[in-house]
Amino acid sequence: MELTEIISEAANTLFTNRLRTALATLGIVIGIGSVIALISLGAGSQKAVSDQIQSLGSNLLTISPGSQTSGSVRSATGSNTTLTYDDAKAILISPKVTTVSAVSPELSRRSQVTTGGANTNTQVIGVEPVYSEVHKITVSVVSMTKVAVLGPQVVTDLFGEGANPTGKNIRIEGQSFGVIGVTESKGGSGFQNQDDIIYIPLTTAQKSLYGANYLSSIAIAAKSEDEMVTAQDEVGYLLLDRHNINDPADADFRIMSQNDILSTASSVTSTFTTLLTGIAAISLVVGGIGIMNIMLVTVTERTREIGLRKALGAKKKNIITQFLVEAIILTSAGGIIGMFVGIFTSFVISKLMSIAFTVSVGSIVLAIGVSGATGIVFGWYPARKASNLEPIEALRYE
Amino acid sequence: MIQISGVSKIYTTGDVETIALDNVSFKIKRGEFLAIMGPSGSGKSTLMHILGALDRPTSGKYILDGENVENLDDDQLAGIRNKKIGFVFQSYNLLPRTSALKNVILPMMYGGVPKEKRLEIAKKYLDMVGLSDRLNNTPSQLSGGQQQRVAIARSLVMDPAIILADEPTGNIATAQAEEIMAIFQKLNNEGRTIIMITHEADIAEHAKRIIHIRDGKIVEDGNGHKQRKIRIKI
Repeated sequence: MELTEIISEAANTLFTNRLRTALATLGIVIGIGSVIALISLGAGSQKAVSDQIQSLGSNLLTISPGSQTSGSVRSATGSNTTLTYDDAKAILISPKVTTVSAVSPELSRRSQVTTGGANTNTQVIGVEPVYSEVHKITVSVVSMTKVAVLGPQVVTDLFGEGANPTGKNIRIEGQSFGVIGVTESKGGSGFQNQDDIIYIPLTTAQKSLYGANYLSSIAIAAKSEDEMVTAQDEVGYLLLDRHNINDPADADFRIMSQNDILSTASSVTSTFTTLLTGIAAISLVVGGIGIMNIMLVTVTERTREIGLRKALGAKKKNIITQFLVEAIILTSAGGIIGMFVGIFTSFVISKLMSIAFTVSVGSIVLAIGVSGATGIVFGWYPARKASNLEPIEALRYE
Repeated sequence: MIQISGVSKIYTTGDVETIALDNVSFKIKRGEFLAIMGPSGSGKSTLMHILGALDRPTSGKYILDGENVENLDDDQLAGIRNKKIGFVFQSYNLLPRTSALKNVILPMMYGGVPKEKRLEIAKKYLDMVGLSDRLNNTPSQLSGGQQQRVAIARSLVMDPAIILADEPTGNIATAQAEEIMAIFQKLNNEGRTIIMITHEADIAEHAKRIIHIRDGKIVEDGNGHKQRKIRIKI
């Protein structure tokens, strides 16, 4: 018996029992569909996160203060106050640092902000004009005055959506600031909301508002992406030298590149994707058991047919092939339908979540491969059972 | 052609042993028309299963066409059934929702007959049983007699040495039963060996030789047409 004949006969049998075939396939459709949807949604959100981080500047290095060690007691990371405006200036002018194009000293804190009746708690960053160059964001800040540029989220919180706050006053920690502009929206998802920030001049933040002479971070733009590692080394050794630290392991600051942040963020999303895909894979196993169940019922129901086929000369392998091919057709059809369902679902969801819609070739290969394999694994036992029926017993079966 | 010597079949259910066939021996020559008669539980079905290579004897020898069947494995038995024996069952056993033509083609699919020849052979035998206008009808669209004729056509396509018929007219109205028997007569006249199991005396009378079986033993083996008067009333 040729394979094409076996396939056409199996397809014929399945088509005769349309409703049962459809119901048996449903489990596989759901299983494959959810696996594919989750894989492509995971890839999409990973891409969204990496795009967002890349949009902050791919040649960006961030120096943040490390933990403070006094004696043997180590305090929380970032609590150090050793990063100063002079450090930032030194990085820019030192002859030892050749690969840095711009340095942005920053002081940020969370503060209570009020205006008239509304109030909000948001991040206030003291910055210099160079901030916009380093972070690729449009902020115009005039030095030494009490002015503020608001992120769109802050505007919504304080003035209502779409309001124009320019010329109005807000109070940060009780001090009055004139609003001189609003930043463009950069999107609010991801690990840091770029829209929920108030920008004020650095000197105002340091001297008038917070009375702090240190910085909470220094952002550095390397001249090019290829020089990131060199820049990281140069800046690192300069600061170690300036802070009189001999052993780099004792450094009171950390330098992170965008790639470091990116890999942290991606590892989070990929862990979630793996977890969810694992759960979806369980539904695939359940679908496979459904197929086995249906195939076992089919074998019982068709006992007489199997007996007849054996009486007419069917060998064991003929019967095994027949039932195995039926199971594989069931699961493969389910896999293909599930693939389309998954692609469609992820398309709709990625549109709703406004993340990139991606379908990997890998997930399609996986869908067809796994569904076919499910057919073999779960179809094997019923097929063997059928092939081992004694022809006389089977023929007598009512 | 067929030699059965000392064949016994014992079924064991729990502790109870049932002797279905008890040391049965006989020979069947090529071209014979043999009826095996007996009441239910006499062992005639068991004998038919052994003759049809559907089952193996517990002891004894069955030589079919020079081949000792007891030495063959399941797949080899399947090959014997496919090539040497044509089965006709009481309940026809046609595949439901499958056309007469496809039902008749089925043994050829397992017998390795080249694809292009199958249709021709199937049509030839369906024509022989007078169903050339019913090729595409499914069993549910055919009468009992017509279904049994499809089954006869199916039993012939592999050109077997023996036709084994188990109560072939058991489910069929008398008039149609005569047509079926006429076909068997014709096949026998063409030289085919026919073994028929039945409990109906008037059907058995079509055979040239009748074996009576009771309690697993042959109680009478004689000439069919002359046996009428002395047959054992069942």
